[in-house]
Amino acid sequence: MRAFLDTPAVPPTQQARLLAAFSRDAHPDRVYLAGGEHLNEEGKPTIPPIVSQIKQQMGTDPTLIPEYPSALGLPEFSRRATELALGRESRAITENRVLGVQTVGGAGAVRLGAELLRRWYDASSSWRGPVLLSSPCDESLAEILEAAGIGELRQYQFWDAERCGLCVEKLLEDLKECPEQSVIVLSASAHYPTGVDLSQEDWKRVSEVMLMRRHFPFFLMPAQGMCKGDIDQDAWPVRHCVSLGMELLCAQSFSHNFGLYGDRVGHLLCVLRENSLLLAVQSQAEKLVRTLWSCPSVGGAHVVATVLGNPAHFVEWQAGIRGAVERCMLVRESLREKLRLLGSTGQWDHLIKQGGLYCSTGLNDQQVEFLAKRRHVYILPNGCLNISAINSRNLDYVAESIHMALTSPF
Amino acid sequence: MAPAVPQAAPVAVFKLTADFREDSHPKKVNLGVGAYRTDDCQPWVLPVVKKVERMICEDQSLNHEYLPILGLPEFRSSASKIALGDDSPAIKEQRVGGVQSLGGTGALKIGAEFLRRWYNGTNNTATPVYVSAPTWENHNGVFSDAGFKDIRPYRYWDAARRGLDLTGFLEDMEKAPEHSIFVLHACAHNPTGTDPSQEEWKKIADVMKRKKLFVFFDSAYQGFASGSLEKDAWAIRFFVSEGLELFCAQSFSKNFGLYNERVGNLTVVAKDGDNLNRVLSQMEKIVRTIWSNPPSQGARIVAKTLTSPELFAEWQGNVKTMADRVLLMRSELKSKLLAMTTPGTWEHITQQIGMFSFTGLNPKQVEYMIKEKHIYLMASGRINMCGLTTKNIDYVAESIHEAVSKVQ
Repeated sequence: MRAFLDTPAVPPTQQARLLAAFSRDAHPDRVYLAGGEHLNEEGKPTIPPIVSQIKQQMGTDPTLIPEYPSALGLPEFSRRATELALGRESRAITENRVLGVQTVGGAGAVRLGAELLRRWYDASSSWRGPVLLSSPCDESLAEILEAAGIGELRQYQFWDAERCGLCVEKLLEDLKECPEQSVIVLSASAHYPTGVDLSQEDWKRVSEVMLMRRHFPFFLMPAQGMCKGDIDQDAWPVRHCVSLGMELLCAQSFSHNFGLYGDRVGHLLCVLRENSLLLAVQSQAEKLVRTLWSCPSVGGAHVVATVLGNPAHFVEWQAGIRGAVERCMLVRESLREKLRLLGSTGQWDHLIKQGGLYCSTGLNDQQVEFLAKRRHVYILPNGCLNISAINSRNLDYVAESIHMALTSPF
Repeated sequence: MAPAVPQAAPVAVFKLTADFREDSHPKKVNLGVGAYRTDDCQPWVLPVVKKVERMICEDQSLNHEYLPILGLPEFRSSASKIALGDDSPAIKEQRVGGVQSLGGTGALKIGAEFLRRWYNGTNNTATPVYVSAPTWENHNGVFSDAGFKDIRPYRYWDAARRGLDLTGFLEDMEKAPEHSIFVLHACAHNPTGTDPSQEEWKKIADVMKRKKLFVFFDSAYQGFASGSLEKDAWAIRFFVSEGLELFCAQSFSKNFGLYNERVGNLTVVAKDGDNLNRVLSQMEKIVRTIWSNPPSQGARIVAKTLTSPELFAEWQGNVKTMADRVLLMRSELKSKLLAMTTPGTWEHITQQIGMFSFTGLNPKQVEYMIKEKHIYLMASGRINMCGLTTKNIDYVAESIHEAVSKVQ
């Protein structure tokens, strides 16, 4: 019997192809700047020291009970994750109208949020969108939303390649023109892959339009604290929308800000209009989780809950991530300076205006290819790169390479 | 959100545990949820797991990056190996692959999502999916959420005889449309504890082959059921040796006590290596849309244990400890009921295998057990043998005796 004869192979993703090319590249100066992890100066995933310490303690402390956790995950983790995102004094928390669900990473949070919206966003069971994603955005977002049954996906303009920055006016236009009550996927901070974020003024204008058009915000917060080095600033857009009385979803990841990549610690926040909806939405979320992954893994969530729940640990953790952010800012400044010294005529101010893990270089296709083929420097095809993968050992080479890519004739 | 979101019905087994927690009766017993308990009614961290956790903790060389999408390679291969056997010809022929998943549920999910998209045509949601009557209630949910519209029961439990309804089972397979999907419990059937014998498995495999039915094993209790890894995987290995392509959703929650680390593996046995790779590439795409990449801790513990001869032997010992305690409770319960000349037959208590037993108590008798005796079990009469201890077994036996004598 042959069950799978006709199954077509999936072509490798952009990321996979890039990584494969890098792995095959034997050049001693090769640099990979397209990975998903936040790396430290040694090129290893950044882990705040307090996290390593707590993990060590937990490894030798058998208090975690080998039992199935609830489908919604660890309550203590959820409580802390909610407070971290919204601020402890948030109205939504005191009015008890926030549902928090521990998920399998940020991806799991997006998937669960999409499933909830697809079934319960409006009273009919036939809602399939529209959901708007930024242009550009993480490729996997569209895949996840489609898998959840959301058929109508659109894009809103976000990145202006020529100006190497945001095109806020076009963004606002798109929000005004799309159908009322659309779901808008917004990056609270550390936008992937551009690294460009809206200012508070921009957010105020966006939220005004969102209210006017009755749109629903679905926030992504992949690295709270790792963008501007300040957890409150990074969460400001979410808190602002909550203060305006909006309902929203927020998919949080603790991969980057806790260095817990392999632990898959995510959280889906649902801010509801009223407390009366809470139990019903919670029961529906539980039902959805049961057929996705039954219940999440607890180790990583336990670490996060322990750190966030202890004032001394909390302070240490903030210092740890601030240190990581400062290193990245230094890299950005150094890169800009080196490019200036090399005689680069381009404007590189955007490098230091952006924040987070990724940054956009404005390089075009050919220039990106040049970087890979001639200089063995691998960045994303859209010209974006992982700034944390640059360190004192490869900074000069990377800067030279970018300069050469910009100045070589084609 | 829509103003009127209805409340979803609670899952029966969790409600049972919630009710148990609220009950303040000093003699209360929880025979509900499926997790192992020691004779002191405590959860048990396997000694080998504790040891390996410490080793992992102290290993400075460990990589803290995201795992590959399909999971930790050494976990995937050692997990598939434990199901199919070291000398499996299918493994030698390189047509076996694994997808590390979030527990057994996650493995079922990936398999179901793949089958809906690529099996029996493209996006054929009409392919019938057969699950045993009764079965673990989440089987229905996983397959229907994956998009399958036609989920049907196949006869399995014969309530009158308190055993396997093989005739009904075989008949339902004969009548099933070709290419239907059949979810089979590899061992320690949940909830009945009743497994086909080897001879019966042979008959089942024969029909599967002839009718071109797709075999999807659910293996959550390997080693835990009989104490022997080989014995508990016999059915899977036999089907593979008959040349069948199949999926096997493995869970390491029970046999490693890693309930909260969510360690599972979907083993794929394909016709050849090329088929396998294409299937895995599609499964990778599906994984990206659910959890992106799986959690590392549990997989590391299992992989390390399975690939080290010493740790492996220690693990087998730990698993046998659990299996033996369950077997002891079974034989004790039966002998106590026989000694009290409790009405009815009780052979099934020791004939059934694994964590669960279908006692044969009817809903009224179950209600009596819960309300009058504060002994919590499922309305189906299912009990978790692990909830029994040397301290409570007399009380439970007496209560069953009462329930069966007083309540019809």
